[in-house]
Amino acid sequence: MGQVFHPSANSLVRAGLGLLVILALLVLSSALLVERSPINTLVGVALSQPVPFSHAHHVDEIGIDCRYCHSSVEDEAFAGVPATERCMHCHSQIWADSPMLAPVRESFATGVPLQWARVHDLPDYVFFNHSIHVSKGIGCATCHGRLDQMPLTAKAESLNMDWCLACHRHPAPSLRPVGAVFDMDWRRNIDTPTAPGLMERNGVETRGLTNCSACHR
Amino acid sequence: MAAESQFQPHPAQMQPAKPRRSGSRVIRPGMTYASVTDKISSIVLTRPVDWIWLLGFAVSFLLTMMLIGAISYLLAVGVGVWGIDIPVAWGFAIINFVWWIGIGHAGTLISAILLLLRQDWRTSINRFAEAMTIFAVGCAALFPLLHLGRPSRFYWLLPYPNTLGLWPQWRSPLVWDVFAVSTYGTVSLIFFYFGLVPDLAMLRDRSTSKLGQIVYGLLALGWRGSAVHWKRYHRAYVLLAALATPLVISVHSIVGLDFAVAIVPGWHNTLFPPYFVAGAIYSGFAMVLTLTIPLRWMYGLHGFITEHHLDNMAKVMLGTGLIVAYGYAMEVFMSWYSGSEFETYMMHNRATGPYAPQFWLLVSCNVIAPQLLWFKRFRTNVPALFIMSLIVNVGMWLERYIIVVTSLHRDYLPSSWGMYSATKHDWMLYVGTIGLFVCLVFLFIRFLPMIATFEMRELLHGHSQAEEEH
Repeated sequence: MGQVFHPSANSLVRAGLGLLVILALLVLSSALLVERSPINTLVGVALSQPVPFSHAHHVDEIGIDCRYCHSSVEDEAFAGVPATERCMHCHSQIWADSPMLAPVRESFATGVPLQWARVHDLPDYVFFNHSIHVSKGIGCATCHGRLDQMPLTAKAESLNMDWCLACHRHPAPSLRPVGAVFDMDWRRNIDTPTAPGLMERNGVETRGLTNCSACHR
Repeated sequence: MAAESQFQPHPAQMQPAKPRRSGSRVIRPGMTYASVTDKISSIVLTRPVDWIWLLGFAVSFLLTMMLIGAISYLLAVGVGVWGIDIPVAWGFAIINFVWWIGIGHAGTLISAILLLLRQDWRTSINRFAEAMTIFAVGCAALFPLLHLGRPSRFYWLLPYPNTLGLWPQWRSPLVWDVFAVSTYGTVSLIFFYFGLVPDLAMLRDRSTSKLGQIVYGLLALGWRGSAVHWKRYHRAYVLLAALATPLVISVHSIVGLDFAVAIVPGWHNTLFPPYFVAGAIYSGFAMVLTLTIPLRWMYGLHGFITEHHLDNMAKVMLGTGLIVAYGYAMEVFMSWYSGSEFETYMMHNRATGPYAPQFWLLVSCNVIAPQLLWFKRFRTNVPALFIMSLIVNVGMWLERYIIVVTSLHRDYLPSSWGMYSATKHDWMLYVGTIGLFVCLVFLFIRFLPMIATFEMRELLHGHSQAEEEH
């Protein structure tokens, strides 16, 4: 009976087992990295939209307030996406023949709303409410980034649960005076109350902020 | 024969020779090194497939296919196909989980604790008791995963660096379960494989087919049976046994805590962890007997598994059965002594309520019937012992049924009382796991040596040495 295995078989098996361990570690660590990368979170990735709407143009260059279009942001859970009629307030007069705006005019004519791709899409089991965040002094830019500098809209933050919890566990550093919520380039200055002072003034109650039922009902 | 001498262990050099008290009783006279190896390896290598094996494998394989079908249906439709509802939300999945994980315990007890206690009668049964442990843990692990409702999210139970900003709930025994069961599964698998290595090398050298030589050769990890190998092997084996020993106690204690931490009448009891461990070993030995007796008959292993083994296992069953009976008695006592009307009612409801038939069947199976084991004539009557092992298996399953169902179906508020009955789908899953278990056992006896050859030969060596000293 001849030898079944070559003398090198032992070394080969050892190397193979070692490689298997390295491969497993590689696969696991890349899964964790991909989970946090824009591939999964879509941070900074502009989705394809029916009309290439530019927040930079409307907010920064023209100076329209956030609430002109997102009118329910102060009172409701959903900030509100404007109806086509809101666009047509201006665009029946200016850029009225622009081919870029053809889908808007078509929507206006047929009454079929524009199908925007949702950029900030939370899972259905998360009950996010805009009004409470706005009234407690969380600025638009805190979560949405500098929309006034985005020609095409993309997420600025991952919206992962650990990101939510970072603020819910320790909200003070993210607060601003309630009056400055819609100010895109607000910066803390000499007159800004201290972080604990803002907690007090804005009436932020930390008790219950990290309860499961605060967001998952 | 070159292969023959290569695998002769030299225990005399490894460790001081000890007189083996029971040497003549754990292996039939007339066995030699060669006959031990021939007999055990022939089952795997040369014995043709016989109709009993084929029939058993075919039936259990069909049941395994039914299990796969039932799981697929469950995943497609959801846990609503089970009988669970509020208030009985645990049902068959938890009953079967506790039952299977308990069965595994005998394997670890036999291979680890009895090794450390130098009980040499364990040698003939430890290999397939360990295999049984691994198969049982596999069947057990299936149930909590399916019970999750969203099995694809099982990894949320693990403390990996996630993006949720949360750890698993460390105060929950259900999370301890994850660690207890996965540690148990891993250690049992390593222990089993480690114990197999010299025998795999034996199969490699004796196999006449090229495929057998390659597969067994790869699995044997280059074992050559040198004195250095054996010296390290014995040291590592004892270390692994020491590592596995606390698991016999810890795993089922934690399963017991799953119940005991809940403020449910009939569960909230400090007795649960030790009483669960005893119950686990009880059911485990019953299962070892259920497997041993037919295997011994099928493959004519009377020389290795003597009446002495069956007698010893029956004694362990009697001992642990008495501890379990004590647990039942204490439950009754505590329900009265606590002075809590809910606890008192729980006991009353078990004995006279809608699940009273199951309760009294459980008492008959687990407490009354095993009293026959006091008699040596009964313990050495093989068919009677086989029937007794089946009775205890049924009894231990009913015990978990009673604990899970009766406590949940009537707790504090009569307005939230309800009834539980298993659906066809529940039974398909349960019977399916039994099919999977038996199927794996059939594959195991066909492809791996079901008795540790080298340990049997060591036993023979110790035995002949002890006789020379006389």
